[in-house]
Amino acid sequence: MDWITQLLTAGLSAGTPLLFATLGGILIERSGVIQLGAEGLMLMGAVTAALVYLWTPNLVLTVAAVLVVGAVLGLLHAFLTVSLRANQIVSGLAMTLFGSGLSATLGQSVAGAPLVGSAPIVNLAFFDSLPVVGPVLAHLDIFTWLSFLLVVAMGLLFTRTVIGLRLKAVGDNPGTADVMGISVTFYRYACVMAGSALMALGGADLLLVYSPTWIQGMTAGRGWIAVALIIFSQWSPLRALIGTLFFGLLDTVGFRIQLAGSPVPPYFLKMIPYVVTILVLILVGWRSRHRPSSAPRALGLPYLREQRL
Amino acid sequence: MRLFRSSFTFEIDASGKSAPWWTTLVSVALALVVSSFLILVSGADPGAVWVKMFQGAFGSWFGLTETLLKTIPLLLCGLGVAIAYKIAVWNIGAEGQLLAGAIAATGITIYFPHLPADVALPLMLVAGLAAGGVWGLLTALPKVFFQVNELITSLMLNYVAFLGLQFLVFGPWRDPKGLNFPGSPVFPPAETIPPLWDHSRLHWGLILALVLVGIYAVAVNMTRWGYEIRLIGANPEAALHAGIRIRRHILGVLFISGALAGLAGMMEVSGVTHRLMDSVSPGYGYTAIIVAWIARLNPLGLILSAFLFAGLIVGGFNVQTLGIPPSIASMIQGAILFFVIGSSLVGKIKIRRTTPGTGA
Repeated sequence: MDWITQLLTAGLSAGTPLLFATLGGILIERSGVIQLGAEGLMLMGAVTAALVYLWTPNLVLTVAAVLVVGAVLGLLHAFLTVSLRANQIVSGLAMTLFGSGLSATLGQSVAGAPLVGSAPIVNLAFFDSLPVVGPVLAHLDIFTWLSFLLVVAMGLLFTRTVIGLRLKAVGDNPGTADVMGISVTFYRYACVMAGSALMALGGADLLLVYSPTWIQGMTAGRGWIAVALIIFSQWSPLRALIGTLFFGLLDTVGFRIQLAGSPVPPYFLKMIPYVVTILVLILVGWRSRHRPSSAPRALGLPYLREQRL
Repeated sequence: MRLFRSSFTFEIDASGKSAPWWTTLVSVALALVVSSFLILVSGADPGAVWVKMFQGAFGSWFGLTETLLKTIPLLLCGLGVAIAYKIAVWNIGAEGQLLAGAIAATGITIYFPHLPADVALPLMLVAGLAAGGVWGLLTALPKVFFQVNELITSLMLNYVAFLGLQFLVFGPWRDPKGLNFPGSPVFPPAETIPPLWDHSRLHWGLILALVLVGIYAVAVNMTRWGYEIRLIGANPEAALHAGIRIRRHILGVLFISGALAGLAGMMEVSGVTHRLMDSVSPGYGYTAIIVAWIARLNPLGLILSAFLFAGLIVGGFNVQTLGIPPSIASMIQGAILFFVIGSSLVGKIKIRRTTPGTGA
């Protein structure tokens, strides 16, 4: 493998956890709810994966457990924000704090224990003949393919299905959606639960593929980068793929420079993703300064039928 | 056949009054019940954990002064966070602003080690305030000029500040006599905040923090400036039409918010650790978010909740002897926050009696 292939492979495996979390966030925000708990959900997903996989090395069971944990925590967020109409930002922050604390407590027994051979590689030999991207696509792990599939599925959902249109209506104008007989509560609960499960899956992917050892706080802000990527991708699944690949590459490049023995202290290389996140958001804000925002119009606003807006 | 003559309906009235104060106590209690269950699941005895926590935080004179000592940064950061929330800016970057203040104050001791106390301490104070304030501005500027979400910026800057701190204590500022310990040299006595009484770790910062809470109460509730920032927080549209300079206010408030956290950082290095270490803050900036929220930004409430959460941190360290990580404290914090936001709806729920036949 030449270095471009290596870089792309590493960038993809660093970007996939972000992609799952970003897609989950897009799904939730499209329905009009903000979920800032991505960091806590990713940690809970990672620790669940570590606990289940070390107990019984069954990948299907592990993923199922991770999705259930994510959905249950999502249910909590949905109950607080949709039914009780609590502040969505605070509920998300609580999710992050609760998730990081609980994951550290639960994961104590498996901290530092390595997981071996956890994510199977899908070998597709016929891709090998393609230049540059061929060798990358030929040996991807199953989670990366799943994330690609999700990008396509969500793109189709939003643009080609009735369910997707209803979902966007709920996020843009819940009052009108309600009049049309669409249950705002049902769609928001479903999206928050499914999206939170995807965020947890992102954490599980980080653990099972990217760095197969549970360490307390191992997401290191990736959940927040995913929240930034939702805005960067302008709530579009395809742009989320591009954005996460970009951040995956950033992660990888910093690490490579460090390995190559560069004179730049590693601390500054590790700052790159965080600083670039801010710069990218500034760029997005500057470019869309004269355009109406593409954010769902009812984002962050609780819906109350008696106060239909 | 109906079993009851009348039935009850629950309604949510969004215009209802805010929840009474005791709901906060109830939700803290419920959060502790849920936490007990989670502790049980993780394989420990909840009763023993609570006893150990309480003893550690409030059960001895030493524990109590340690709790008061940790109240200082929580109160200052909580105050900073609260003032930003008044203007509806979600500053979750108190952690980074605290670290920036700690770094700047340490910079004074590194580059001017021989200053007399009455020059050094004010200089460190100003350095801490300025560094924290500038770190806060780094969040405010993208928000004001490019509509960048402040939650993300302020959080990203926390990581940047922490990596900067690591660079300094592992690199250029590392104590050459420290046997590879990742920390700066110990400050000269003239550059440390004196204790409140001899042989105590509790320092004068506590008094200053309490004074600042008083200033906050007056400034926010009784001045024109306070009125304007509250108006921006409650209704930016109205504030805009009233001719209030929103951008300038947001920049000013975030500078103050960051400066308060920076002050907390200066006090931690100069009053407690007497050196810069990479473990200078066990997440004070994050806990401060809950401190401010649970206090509902009320000055007296801030003091109380800062004290309680300081106890939770001190107690959290004390349960390590039971083989439980101190991060259990942040799990409990999250649980408390969940219940508190859930309970804030109590004041909005109306229980109405409907009697059959009246058509209600």
